[in-house]
Amino acid sequence: MLTVKLFAKARDLVGSPLIQIPWSDGETVGRLKQVLSERHPSLMPLVPRLLVAVNNDYASDTFKVSTSDEVACFPPVSGG
Amino acid sequence: MILLTHDAIDYHTLTESVRSPNSGAVVLFLGTVREMTGGRRTVALDYEGYPEMAEAKLAELETAARERWPIDRVGIVHRLGHLELGEISVAVAVSCPHRQQAFEAGKFLIDELKISVPIWKKENWDDGSTEWVHPGGELPPPV
Repeated sequence: MLTVKLFAKARDLVGSPLIQIPWSDGETVGRLKQVLSERHPSLMPLVPRLLVAVNNDYASDTFKVSTSDEVACFPPVSGG
Repeated sequence: MILLTHDAIDYHTLTESVRSPNSGAVVLFLGTVREMTGGRRTVALDYEGYPEMAEAKLAELETAARERWPIDRVGIVHRLGHLELGEISVAVAVSCPHRQQAFEAGKFLIDELKISVPIWKKENWDDGSTEWVHPGGELPPPV
């Protein structure tokens, strides 16, 4: 299983700050977004703009993810 | 110094922390909770962060700024939690030998912070509703 942290509106839409997703090492960030929208349809409106961070850095859709990685999903940032 | 805090930002101490005899210029930027946005009235903002990544990204920004300008010292503090109107949400202090460098470095740091550091604000409007602020955007460009 892959543990995924959620923040801000992503967390509110899913209703939990942490979710677990069935995962095979080597699947990509793009696949993660697909699985997220299938398992959590409430996230669907956000998915096109959803950002994924792996080990504290932004990751593109082709980036490969392992279950040992720290993974987070969140909307575009709005600090400041 | 890079810090995320739930406490009020002591910008005087922050400013003093970047002052030194090597620098003839100190620039301080404060971001504060503004009342009016597009004709709507804000009563408060709630800030949330992804602390480990936010601190890592702020450290990257400091490194990137130091590659561009002869920075002496940098202090960046971002507040998290519930902020009332007028409170300070972010402070960036930077010192350089000369003022143009300090102004440019300070602008770079706050501009990039708003693009790449994982912190989010939620509006509390005066009609009682709340709304996450999520600007449209692509993947932040690498610094």
